Amino acid sequence: MKRFQLVVGLVLVGLVVASAIVSLFWTPFDPIQVDGANRLRPPGWPHLLGTDGFGIDIVSQLLVGARATLLVGIVSVGVSAVVGVPLGMVAGQLGGWLDEVVMRAADIVYAFPALILAMLFASVWGASTVTAMAAIGISTIPAFARVSRAGALQVVASDFVLAARVSGTSRLGIAVRHVGPNIAPVVGVQASVVFALAILAEAALSYLGLGTPRSVPTWGNMLRQAQDQLFTAPLQSVWPGLAIALAVLGFNLLGDGLRDYLDPRLREVQ
Amino acid sequence: MTEPLYRVQALTRRFTDAGRHVLALDGVDVEVSRGERLGIVGESGSGKSTLVRLMTGLDRPTSGTVWFDGEQVSGRPERELGFLRAAVQLVFQDPRSSLDPRMRVGDVITEPLRSRLVRRQLGTGIDHRERLAEVLTAVDLPPEAADRYPHEFSGGQRQRIAIARALAPKPEVLIADEPVSALDVSVRAQVLNLLTDLVRDQGLTLVLVSHDLQVVRHLCDTVVVMQAGRIVERGSTSRVYESPESDYTRALLAAVPRIRIDPSATDHPVTTPGA
Repeated sequence: MKRFQLVVGLVLVGLVVASAIVSLFWTPFDPIQVDGANRLRPPGWPHLLGTDGFGIDIVSQLLVGARATLLVGIVSVGVSAVVGVPLGMVAGQLGGWLDEVVMRAADIVYAFPALILAMLFASVWGASTVTAMAAIGISTIPAFARVSRAGALQVVASDFVLAARVSGTSRLGIAVRHVGPNIAPVVGVQASVVFALAILAEAALSYLGLGTPRSVPTWGNMLRQAQDQLFTAPLQSVWPGLAIALAVLGFNLLGDGLRDYLDPRLREVQ
Repeated sequence: MTEPLYRVQALTRRFTDAGRHVLALDGVDVEVSRGERLGIVGESGSGKSTLVRLMTGLDRPTSGTVWFDGEQVSGRPERELGFLRAAVQLVFQDPRSSLDPRMRVGDVITEPLRSRLVRRQLGTGIDHRERLAEVLTAVDLPPEAADRYPHEFSGGQRQRIAIARALAPKPEVLIADEPVSALDVSVRAQVLNLLTDLVRDQGLTLVLVSHDLQVVRHLCDTVVVMQAGRIVERGSTSRVYESPESDYTRALLAAVPRIRIDPSATDHPVTTPGA
């Protein structure tokens, strides 16, 4: 059952990655070029999922849209993890006032909605993929900091860290040799969960016009486009919606599956 | 008169939890001479483990001092404890939690050799692989064990790994905190015999913490009995076991379970009261 989750997650995520890679070399039709003669075609041949209000092939747009999805996910999760994990580890390992400061700061960021942050950035620097990534990245730092801190607290209290201390291992040595490897699985799981959140946030930001500019096909932009034809061509909004839902589901299943797969207690039974 | 290796004076440790004070250690004095095998016995909560943590500089006392080999341990920053880190090693109760599940056994055992404090103390002349092979042999584990992970071993073997790690930096003192109470009864004797042999062959000073009076009797030549953070009795093992002076020691000794075989119960197990 748990294996099943992991496999479905891997397949869905693999599909998104494959789409993004394929779109770099080939799409069935031009994903940007307006074609007035072919507006709002229903699904069929040669446009498998039809065309949108500008006559652009939907399959082509979905494939290209996967790129923005992955790019935003990878960069924002990367930024967030690179900042959040060390902060959480330091807070958990050293404790005291430093822990208080870091975690209260995390609470403040956590309380600040990503959407407001994105609006702020968009109004200062103009809406772009970069401002969307920055907003999503910053607002998910607390998630990584909390998970890493909780993990570090647990590891630092363990006997094997006491043993390392009795041998005079420095705090840095303990962080690198013991805390890091032991919290890696939970951080990995957190990363896939945050990745799913980032996909959703990116779509929401593009939809609201606070992310990637209209001219670039992303799933969120497609959704906004489709809104105009919601009553005349309802299928238009189903396709990008389905893509977003499946990608989010994929990363969540992958996270859940990884959590079980990497649990050392389960490995021990083997 | 020779200076004792360990000197613990009027050691007190108070823990404060949610406004409540718990006095884990209440004015404890202990001396450990070079080559001595000292047992510390007492029930859980008597302060044995707190004493060990203070002796190894893992925790700070509320008051009192710990001296090791003429140098003060208590109240000094970690970077000045190099003399202690190389000379005193600890074996924990449960090898399932005292070995990092994500490290190979070889890395676990050589970890003490990689610490800067210990390297400064031992000099740079120690070859990690050579020492690893030596200590693996000393605890009767095959050399291939180094490449495997702790969870691939049984409880007794894991405790041997923990002992090998403790031996790696060539310590003078081995402190064993309940070294066999997490192990299956069947392997306890093996691990205890291994400890006995190592202590004898390598001339180690042993501090053995246990709630099990038989284990202490088997391994130690002197014993202190702790109750509620105080030492209630001390003396040579034979004297304490044969003519205990404190009521608490007498009660502990009386509580040692003895196996009685009742022939009628084996024939009718169902009728045994409470079974």
